[in-house]
Amino acid sequence: MKREIPILITLVFGVFMIVQFFIPHPAVNDIANRLQNWAIIVISFSYVLGSANILRINGELVYRRAPGWPYKLVLVIAFFTMATPGLILGIAEGSWTNDRLFTFTYVPLASTMYASLAFYIASAAFRAFRVRTWQASVLAITALIVMLGRIPVSHFIWQDLPGIVDWIMGVPNAVAQRGILIGAALGAIATGLKVILGIERSYLGRE
Amino acid sequence: MANTTLQKLEKLDRRWVFLAMAIAVAAPLFFKLGLAPKTTPPVKAFYDYIEQLPPGSRVLCSFDYDPGSKAELNPMCVSVLRHIMLKGHKPVILTLWSTAPALIERNINEVCRDEFGKQYGVDYVYLGLKEGREAVMVAMGKSIRSTFPTDFYGTPLDNLPLMNGVENYSSFALLINVSAGYPGTKEYVQYVTSRFAIPMLSGSSAVSVPEYSAYFQSGQLRGLLTGITGAAEYEALIGKPGLAITAMDGQTMGHFVIIFFILFGNLIFFINRRSKGRA
Repeated sequence: MKREIPILITLVFGVFMIVQFFIPHPAVNDIANRLQNWAIIVISFSYVLGSANILRINGELVYRRAPGWPYKLVLVIAFFTMATPGLILGIAEGSWTNDRLFTFTYVPLASTMYASLAFYIASAAFRAFRVRTWQASVLAITALIVMLGRIPVSHFIWQDLPGIVDWIMGVPNAVAQRGILIGAALGAIATGLKVILGIERSYLGRE
Repeated sequence: MANTTLQKLEKLDRRWVFLAMAIAVAAPLFFKLGLAPKTTPPVKAFYDYIEQLPPGSRVLCSFDYDPGSKAELNPMCVSVLRHIMLKGHKPVILTLWSTAPALIERNINEVCRDEFGKQYGVDYVYLGLKEGREAVMVAMGKSIRSTFPTDFYGTPLDNLPLMNGVENYSSFALLINVSAGYPGTKEYVQYVTSRFAIPMLSGSSAVSVPEYSAYFQSGQLRGLLTGITGAAEYEALIGKPGLAITAMDGQTMGHFVIIFFILFGNLIFFINRRSKGRA
């Protein structure tokens, strides 16, 4: 029953959510609305569950002095340092939590992490962007054209360059993206049906 | 001797590459180039759509990004708010990203309250964060009031004059999404625009643009701001130069450094390959 009941719940609610899309009746809409609100509440609870899980796993590793435990300890301390003042003092602009912890600590750290990508991209471009095959040549030439065409001085380099970039983005790129999007959408429909019909059960975890 | 030098260059210590990039992006802080980009069609379409709305139109804004993408998307968010205020429209703002509320609140206060002196609740409303990703998007299509019973500050929506008569997406003339990824523009297009018949504009990080330009071509997006370049074009269009235009100098230099290293790396690669072939 541990597996049958969740599969039955998934089947009933999954089929209902598909069917309600085609029945614009207030009563059906009302039920669908309630179900969507349930989903929002469940997703919100997953944050509580995730937080508890992080603390449990990392706390245990710190307690056992497992390899790398000081990093886990930093994570646990950072967790409480951010969460406790936020819960007590609030997070609105002007609060200590917002100004000291978020704006002056978390924001610069996160921005630095993202900005460091520019350095790694430059290094990778030098080391890995070799035109060993004709496919690599097409990729490299396209990348050079798009990079040049996306800067403000592109039309000084060659007047037609921005137009060529627009063509690359609008024709070959759009064609490839549409193929990927349609393929992904069909895959999502197939996976959704497999979950609803109980064929795909990995979301239930192991026996 | 020459061959040895070339082989050494091919294995150039990456710290030299890092240094070159650091100089390239830092130099414009001291020597401003003042580069302004030319307007591209997706950005012009974005600007035109807001321009043609009747003054006082209610606009739903979903700003979905985090501090990591702040450098790229915050100037866009600020410019969108400025344009909306300049045209006298009334934004209702929300976010689906848990690290975004403080960033967005600061922008709203700076632009709507301090720069334009607008009144909260009458001219603009901030709904704050709601977790639930696509479920929130679809739920707003049925009822915004049941999805967001209160605003960011805990005020019931009934106490906010701007929210009078607001039921769902049909109460808005336009949806604007500034997005750094999931959940964002792609999900709004898939779950909201066609189903609830609301026109949508998007501003996104440059890495997402190849994917979203297909939506712009199909008309599912009425306009598209593409990364910091798009934000700079938009700033120029609304006549309020800001951080995005300033950032164009650094980005241009950064692009030149990457292009140089691609060409330099390949040049050394070919010379070395030819030398080995002869040997």
